[in-house]
Amino acid sequence: MRHHLILRVITKILAGTIMLFAFYVQFHGDYSPGGGFQAGVILAVAFILYGLVFSVETVQQVMPPWLVHRAMALGLLLYAGTGVFSLLTGYNFLDYTALAPHHPEHGQELGILLVEGGVGITVTAVMLSIYYAFVGRTPVIGDEEW
Amino acid sequence: MQGANWEYLVGHANYWLFVTLMMTGLYIVVARGNFVKKIIGLNIFQSAVIMLYISMGKVEGGTAPIFPLDGEIDPAITYTNPLPHVLMLTAIVVGIATTSLALALIVRIREEYDTIEEQDIWEAEQEISARERRQYGEVFGEAGK
Amino acid sequence: MSGQVAGDALAGHAAGVVETATAAERALGLADHLPVLVVLVPFLAAPLVVLLGARRLAWPITFAAAFFSLAAALSLLSGVLGGDAISYHIGGWAPPLGIEYRIDAANAFVMVIVSAIAVAILPYARTSIAAEIPARQHVLFHALFLLALAGLLGVAATGDAFNLFVFLEISSLATYVLVAMGAYRDKRALTTAFNYLLMGTTGATFFVIGIGFLYMSTGTLNMADLAQLIAQQPGNRTIHAGFAFIIVGMGLKVAMYPLHLWLPGAYTYAPSAVSAFLAATATKVAVYVLLRFLFTVFGPQYTFEAAELTWVILPLALLAMFAASFIAIFQVNFKKMLAYSSIAQIGYMLLGIAMLSQTALTGAIVHLFNHAITKATLFMVIGAYVLRAGGAFYRDIEGIGRVMPWTSAAGVIGGLSLIGVPGTAGFVSKWLLVQGALEKGWWWMALLVVASSLLAVVYVWKGIETAYLRAPREDVDRREAPLTMLVPIWIMALSTIWFGLSAEWTVGAAGTAAEALMSGASQLLISGGAGH
Repeated sequence: MRHHLILRVITKILAGTIMLFAFYVQFHGDYSPGGGFQAGVILAVAFILYGLVFSVETVQQVMPPWLVHRAMALGLLLYAGTGVFSLLTGYNFLDYTALAPHHPEHGQELGILLVEGGVGITVTAVMLSIYYAFVGRTPVIGDEEW
Repeated sequence: MQGANWEYLVGHANYWLFVTLMMTGLYIVVARGNFVKKIIGLNIFQSAVIMLYISMGKVEGGTAPIFPLDGEIDPAITYTNPLPHVLMLTAIVVGIATTSLALALIVRIREEYDTIEEQDIWEAEQEISARERRQYGEVFGEAGK
Repeated sequence: MSGQVAGDALAGHAAGVVETATAAERALGLADHLPVLVVLVPFLAAPLVVLLGARRLAWPITFAAAFFSLAAALSLLSGVLGGDAISYHIGGWAPPLGIEYRIDAANAFVMVIVSAIAVAILPYARTSIAAEIPARQHVLFHALFLLALAGLLGVAATGDAFNLFVFLEISSLATYVLVAMGAYRDKRALTTAFNYLLMGTTGATFFVIGIGFLYMSTGTLNMADLAQLIAQQPGNRTIHAGFAFIIVGMGLKVAMYPLHLWLPGAYTYAPSAVSAFLAATATKVAVYVLLRFLFTVFGPQYTFEAAELTWVILPLALLAMFAASFIAIFQVNFKKMLAYSSIAQIGYMLLGIAMLSQTALTGAIVHLFNHAITKATLFMVIGAYVLRAGGAFYRDIEGIGRVMPWTSAAGVIGGLSLIGVPGTAGFVSKWLLVQGALEKGWWWMALLVVASSLLAVVYVWKGIETAYLRAPREDVDRREAPLTMLVPIWIMALSTIWFGLSAEWTVGAAGTAAEALMSGASQLLISGGAGH
């Protein structure tokens, strides 16, 4: 897509903004609508948009498929690991109080933060791997076919 | 009587919508031969369920169930029920997983069969079965000789 | 927030008791976490396998996780055989608001079946998938296997209706992919997996609609809580609708006779190890869910008196027993024959449910177990044949009894158990079903059970004749199956004999489970009421 100057310039501006917005949604999720699911999808959108305009190979230099696969598992482990931590410290599974026993409210906040972080990582990775999986199978559309 | 009926119809608008969407989706899944269309039908079907749950959580005059930062809850404020929304968040994720898996299967099916029309695939598979029967079926015919 | 309440947890729920205690008092040991660990360990192992990404580590981790689940499930079962129930609160939130894992004899029994089959199949799967699935997919195979296992265990463990749906979908999605992995041998695995996905998702969505209706009229998702509240509103149309949706939805997952269309293909074209695992566990867990909803949530009075479900399930069960057995006779593919026979065997379980008596229900639950080990044996035998002879058609296995005597002997034992010959596991459960029928005075039913077993004789004999009374083919690999396959096969085969000869354990456990299911509703009525 070498000739689409407007698309390329806009994408370069937008991709960073979208990522920023994704992090806003991620970290604002504690006390307003938002959280890992939405933020993960938005973050993935930034990468997918970049991939659509500048080819998959370019975006795969930043997010190689092996990293995406690992991140998928890592996010899930972060989520479940939070639960296992509370389990090991003598609380019920996913009882966030365990993270700050003397100040349960802080524990809740920290727990949500960690869990949503895990969700965010996994959702981003899953969305990207779905994109990679499908895009890797389609024949590339040449510039003259537009 | 007429008025009461009208009220009944409007008062249950979400259910009419749910029923229509659900039956539309299910019909597409059953009646369409194209696999991608089937998946779209399945999506509509699942969306109908999401609508049902979301409308279920609506409390008349209720506001978003976000408690104030200081945790002081004013009993005068009515909150909507957040649970159905949370459930549907999960259901949406399940739906996405199902859809992407189905699409991935369709891609593979297309690679193997060169078509995603149910009828063509059915014919191709009938042919394979018939060949198998010819090839392997006479085992018990021979036993009679 | 209350910690773990063992034993009589119901009073606690009903009153919504919120206990506050200091950290020291509420520190829980590992043993207290077993209800969640049994699901969590395989569930955690799945991403771990993907994260490590090493083919050599995938199998040991998978096996260790499955083994842990088996040990946990056994220890849970021994804890609840006295008739108690263990309740575990996720996140420390007390039910009915929080998600509760609730273990009683019925689901502990199901968890033992599922994890035991997984442990037995994994060593076998290692050799089997090496031949059937390309090496680069092995890591993902193990991750998916773990997810399917965790999902099935989760369905059994949870006491929350919506959580059940989520676990059902986790296991189903993993299963669809596992079935599709058969495409490396036969491309029809893909279309089969696609059809399975369509029907499975439709079934699961029906189930969610049903749960939605129940939630609408009761405002709760906790099964114990649901049971109480449903019993209080007997004439509620919304609950009737929810009931119908749940039965149809689970009927699809169970492969209840006219809703069985996904099953033959899925079992036939999936990789051998997957067929064995699926046939032994997936439908069994679905039957458990059906039992749980029919008996615990809705209660026998509601299910069978108000809804007269007996006369819906009974004809379908009979149809399954005869029609599916009949179709099985005319198959040219040994694996497909077994798949149709599975539908027929599910018919027996539904029969036990429909007869609605302690004996018949015990029979149904024992059959759940016995059929799981029988079918696992047979599908594993087929997998060994596929490895050596290259296919599962009768043509491929002509005279294989002489080439692979040990494998075939195990197959014969499995076949005999499928028929229900005395001394094998299949006999015990069929005997209980016949007894249940006779208790009701339905002698015709007893005759029908025997008659359908005769159909099983026909299709099993077809297999035995092909394997033993033909000259072996020249072009096949003339070796016995490798030991890694033979040992699991024989463990399963011997267990079919063991549980056929000494049935006390299975019948006892199933009896307790049936009691827990049958009396579930009435117990709740006594202890509940305070909170609502």
